[in-house]
Amino acid sequence: MSDYNFAYLDEQTKRMIRRAILKGLAIPGYQVPFASREMPMPYGWGTGGVQVSAAVLMPDDVFKVIDQGADDTTNAVSIRKFFERTAEVAVTEATTEATVIQTRHRIPETPLTEGQVLVYQVPIPEPLRFLEPRETETRKMHSLEEYGLMHVKLYEDIARHGQIATSYAYPVKVEGRYVMDPSPIPKFDNPKMEMAAIQLFGAGREQRIYALPPYTKVVSLDFEDYPFEASKPDKACDLCGAEHSYLDEVITDDQGGRMFVCSDTDYCASRRAAGHRGALAAEDAA
Amino acid sequence: MTPLLQVKDVTKMYGQRIGCRGVGFDLYPGEVMGIVGESGSGKSTLLNCMAGHMAPDAGEVVFHTRDRGPVDTVTMSEPERRMLGRTDWAFVHQHARDGLRMSVSAGGNIGERLMAVGARHYGDIRTQAEDWLGRVEIDAARLDDRPTAFSGGMQQRLQIARNLVTGPRLVFMDEPTGGLDVSVQARLLDLLRGLVRDMGLSAIIVTHDLAVVRLLADRLMVMKDGHVVETGLTDQVLDDPQHGYTQLLVSSVLQV
Amino acid sequence: MIEIRDVSKEFTLHNQGSAVIPVMAGASLSVQPGECVGLVGSSGAGKSTLMRMIYGNYLAAGGEIRVGGVDVVSAEPREILALRRERLGYVSQFLRVVPRVATLDVVAEPLLALGVATAQAHGRAAELLAKLNIPERLWSLSPTTFSGGEQQRVNIARGFAHDYPALLLDEPTASLDAANRAVVLELIRAAKAHGAAIVGIFHDEAARDVVCDRVVDVAQFTPQAAA
Repeated sequence: MSDYNFAYLDEQTKRMIRRAILKGLAIPGYQVPFASREMPMPYGWGTGGVQVSAAVLMPDDVFKVIDQGADDTTNAVSIRKFFERTAEVAVTEATTEATVIQTRHRIPETPLTEGQVLVYQVPIPEPLRFLEPRETETRKMHSLEEYGLMHVKLYEDIARHGQIATSYAYPVKVEGRYVMDPSPIPKFDNPKMEMAAIQLFGAGREQRIYALPPYTKVVSLDFEDYPFEASKPDKACDLCGAEHSYLDEVITDDQGGRMFVCSDTDYCASRRAAGHRGALAAEDAA
Repeated sequence: MTPLLQVKDVTKMYGQRIGCRGVGFDLYPGEVMGIVGESGSGKSTLLNCMAGHMAPDAGEVVFHTRDRGPVDTVTMSEPERRMLGRTDWAFVHQHARDGLRMSVSAGGNIGERLMAVGARHYGDIRTQAEDWLGRVEIDAARLDDRPTAFSGGMQQRLQIARNLVTGPRLVFMDEPTGGLDVSVQARLLDLLRGLVRDMGLSAIIVTHDLAVVRLLADRLMVMKDGHVVETGLTDQVLDDPQHGYTQLLVSSVLQV
Repeated sequence: MIEIRDVSKEFTLHNQGSAVIPVMAGASLSVQPGECVGLVGSSGAGKSTLMRMIYGNYLAAGGEIRVGGVDVVSAEPREILALRRERLGYVSQFLRVVPRVATLDVVAEPLLALGVATAQAHGRAAELLAKLNIPERLWSLSPTTFSGGEQQRVNIARGFAHDYPALLLDEPTASLDAANRAVVLELIRAAKAHGAAIVGIFHDEAARDVVCDRVVDVAQFTPQAAA
């Protein structure tokens, strides 16, 4: 056993966070204030997600961390190592094997199942802040369901760009009640939020937790004449050939060369393992 | 005819100091009432109490709602009061930036109240916003510009458009022409007169400018130290003031 | 149409030692539809004061002023406003308008306030302005920049835009040339023929003789030296 309490946080803190999580699950989309703790990492590195993960992890959980879909970035690796060390839980990169997945800015491509928990790192939990900086006022707007302002933001998008240009952190309405910021996931992922797994959102700096129970209705806001579209680059993955996964554009040289690859590294790798090949995969194989 | 607004014995204290005390009057549909008095006379306190920005210590502000008839807005639920504030009521601030979203385009500013009451068709919202820009004499080409790029007079007109787009029945105005050039004031006054007449609006205008109330208000209420000292027909109060304070106020205006 | 009974008026100057100046007492007058009554009396005798009280512009201290059934002395502001809108016109000596509003709109405004369609109201306004010899090129300009005589004619056009059953005229022919004076007198005659009850102040004796059915000397309403 390490010198840390299980999963780093003391038991009282975990209870406090669990209470916030339960309240969040009871009122889907509602931002529950909680007493965010100092964590051994800077704000913006996922302190909210880490605290939520610490509160829900059990000794026999299997933990996975993704950052923009990838398991191998600094942020993902360090958080995974943090819990390997402080909770001694098993870790994995395979979406299907994980019981708790902490994510920054993506939802895995492989549909999640009942019993899994998806923990989001949230930088700014308040969807109305863009137009109304007063927290007292936005809270009142939530409590009174005054959400006209959210559409003003989308109106501005269309007026300025000819279409709804908001492509990530696209606001949603939860169970016909609360308007929620889904954290900066691409809007491509929005439809996936109606899922079988539990979704928990933690904002450390802002001291807010909110949640979606399984199969919660999540509707992306839009206009009748500008309906919501879960768009992505109109390409297939150059490595695994997937046509319906979210893609990252990768610059390969200074001659204008580039390629599109799945942002979900586990999804891409398992497809390739199953024999799927993309347009540039030959080089990869060679 | 039933009054649109009945103000009964409204009192607001700031500790020992009187904000306003025992103010009451009836406002009928289509009437424009001016409230004049010097700084600290309680006219702004009264306006804020009536408009629901501030809770009076005592008294009633009964508004004739469309669906439920006369309701005391002081004791009605907050959601209901805020809904009134977005639909049947409008509030024009002295400083346009208090009443506008400066980071949002003119169209978005006008469209906000429409979207707040459920408009979800971008094209329709935009058409209405364009129509209202025209009504307040702003070039439709400025629809996507932010108010930061507008002159003071244009900002004030935009604020008025933003407020009137949902067809309110009662407009509260706090020094609507304050801080504007005289030439701009005249244009705004003319615009307001036309809108009040065409839309059948009732309005309560707080100002210290007697020329403004003479041109806009049907009735006048003169306040001093939180009390109403005189009320009546605007031109009667200005031309034949009965109270000493009103006489002083009227005789203090510089003649041009 | 206009019934004045025992009206009195005094001014209290609160800021000048609360001096009370009685200016009228026991004023009574009755004007029938189609009748024009001229108020006469020396300057300061109270002609304008009486006229302003009938219009509700000055507050009578006592008595009754009934215009078309409404007692102006005790009526609510909105009753007086409705009266002014529909039944009681007033041509004052001075034009008071919002700067920059076009002359045509200034004249049409009383009709617009009554809910008359814009085109029709403008038509009537144009007709009156033409009759009063205001050149058409000025109609789109604000009358605030006009000469005194022109302003007076715009004021008259505005006052006659609607056929009020009761009309108050304060020096309607002052500062007008012969031709325009004749037009105004014709307007007054037409209003009488329509059945309007008119109270007027005319320093222009010839005009007074032409339109007034009788004159009333307001000197008789001057309070007897309140000794």
